[in-house]
Amino acid sequence: MSNAELDAIYLTVALASITTVLLLIVGTPLAWWLSRRRGNVPALLEAVVAMPLILPPTVLGFYLLLLFAPNTFLGQFWQELTGSQLAFSFSALVIGSVIYSLPFVVQPLQSAFERIPYGLLQAAATLGARPLDQFCSVVLPLSRRSFITAASLGFAHTVGEFGVVLMIGGNIPGETQVLSIALYDSVESLRFTEAHRLAGALVIFSLGLLFLLYRRDRQNGWRVRT
Amino acid sequence: MSGLTLNIKCSGSRGFSLELDCETPASGITAIYGPSGSGKSTLLDCVAGLRLTEPGSVIRLNNQTWQDENRATPVWQRGIGYVFQDARLFPHLNVQQNLDYALTRRLRSGDVDLNQIVTWLELDDLLPRSTDTLSAGQKQRVAIGRALLSTPQLLLLDEPFANLDHTARQQCLRCLKRLSEELQLPMLYVSHDIEEVSQLADHLVLLEQGRLIEQGSLLALCGRLNTRLSHEEQAAAILTATVAQHDAGYGLSELTVDGHTLLVNHLPHGLGQSRRIRIPAKDVSVCLHRPLDSSILNILPVSVVEIEDTNAARLLVRLSLGSQYLLARITRKSCVELGLCIGDKIYAQIKSTALLMETTDAA
Repeated sequence: MSNAELDAIYLTVALASITTVLLLIVGTPLAWWLSRRRGNVPALLEAVVAMPLILPPTVLGFYLLLLFAPNTFLGQFWQELTGSQLAFSFSALVIGSVIYSLPFVVQPLQSAFERIPYGLLQAAATLGARPLDQFCSVVLPLSRRSFITAASLGFAHTVGEFGVVLMIGGNIPGETQVLSIALYDSVESLRFTEAHRLAGALVIFSLGLLFLLYRRDRQNGWRVRT
Repeated sequence: MSGLTLNIKCSGSRGFSLELDCETPASGITAIYGPSGSGKSTLLDCVAGLRLTEPGSVIRLNNQTWQDENRATPVWQRGIGYVFQDARLFPHLNVQQNLDYALTRRLRSGDVDLNQIVTWLELDDLLPRSTDTLSAGQKQRVAIGRALLSTPQLLLLDEPFANLDHTARQQCLRCLKRLSEELQLPMLYVSHDIEEVSQLADHLVLLEQGRLIEQGSLLALCGRLNTRLSHEEQAAAILTATVAQHDAGYGLSELTVDGHTLLVNHLPHGLGQSRRIRIPAKDVSVCLHRPLDSSILNILPVSVVEIEDTNAARLLVRLSLGSQYLLARITRKSCVELGLCIGDKIYAQIKSTALLMETTDAA
């Protein structure tokens, strides 16, 4: 395996890991809020969260690229804060990935939260648990499996992303050249052996992860009994 | 200031509203009784703080204000225990962990003894079990234990035993009665089962369609004619009696009610113990003279205090027995033919089998 390939693998794992952690931090309160509210505002927000599921990634990438450009407020702010350009950077990839993989984390969490009977939280409150304590001592343990599912899907989906990365990251080895881009690159330059290695690795990784997820769900499928 | 002040306005869905203003003693068991849909559970939720009340509501326990114009104490700071109809044990924790959940979050430290509560509620064998292997009765006992371990100042129970079979229910009622005596913990007990209420309650709050119908001590309310209780088929008077003597030869025990003697099936209690008995109105008949050759053992001299004014075929008569009261349901025809008037000294015949001991003591 060439250095470029190893770089691409490292970059992909780093991107997916950071993205997953950020997704859990952002997605958990968002999913909780969505699971407890009904009305137009939550419905609209839910639609926005779900949009990456059906929108071509290039659309999202296009708008993000415009947003990240050095002449926008965000671009300038970033430049002043970090001293480097936001577009075509690793940070841009992280932001793009968080948005792009959001539904894969929020949706499993939201449906897990919705399955938790409100009565259990009331019971916890009468036993002296404050809201955050209720969440940590009742909601989190009861949706543990969904957290694993959400994290795995968020990670895997970030590994598999292409369009957004291409639009906002470009193809800079060691900075933004992730696996899917490296694969595209090798095909473009007719390096099929390398392409086979990368593509095969991605297929085996995705299949293995999904197999583990589905097998676990089937074996210990756990549901809150209501 | 002692007592539980409830001045609650709360509107629910589909036009339902709860509006009541009452004071109940902050001791013993207060039963909240009424048909389903009368707002009993809503009332408990308001007391617990699980449901928002409308402006102007006041909820106060002794000298603590939980709800007034300016503020509402959050649920987790009220120091209440709540036993729900569906137990609501945490499914990811076993029995011991459910109990620990309450113990580690209790507001007041001290004076709580896990072992004592485990013993009272007969939970010893259940501790390591997972909650979904428990029977309905076991779940409720764990739920009561969990609520008690949070050292509440007031225990709320929402028809906790409604889904239990007879045996399990009796066991739970027995535990609860004992807890109330041992812990001096005031309880609000929601029920639509008069049998359960007369076994447990010291005080009664009657609700109908979100309104307070009446409230007072159970003994007083049950012995009156004009309460909603006395219009039910199972109308009954409740009296307190003292165990006076056992007659092992005949398998009977003798109770005294204000100096009068009642014979009942043999009881396991020691002499001198005070017990509550329930005498259904339909099992009491009256005669003008003491019958000399009746098979009925319990014939007591009483005086007529009140006769229900009704055109129905059957009516209720309220009879005083010392300072306590009996109810008799007789036909209007008998009432006219006997010429019953208020103040008449007559005799009440009570079938001895109609004497119901509190089931807390039946075992």
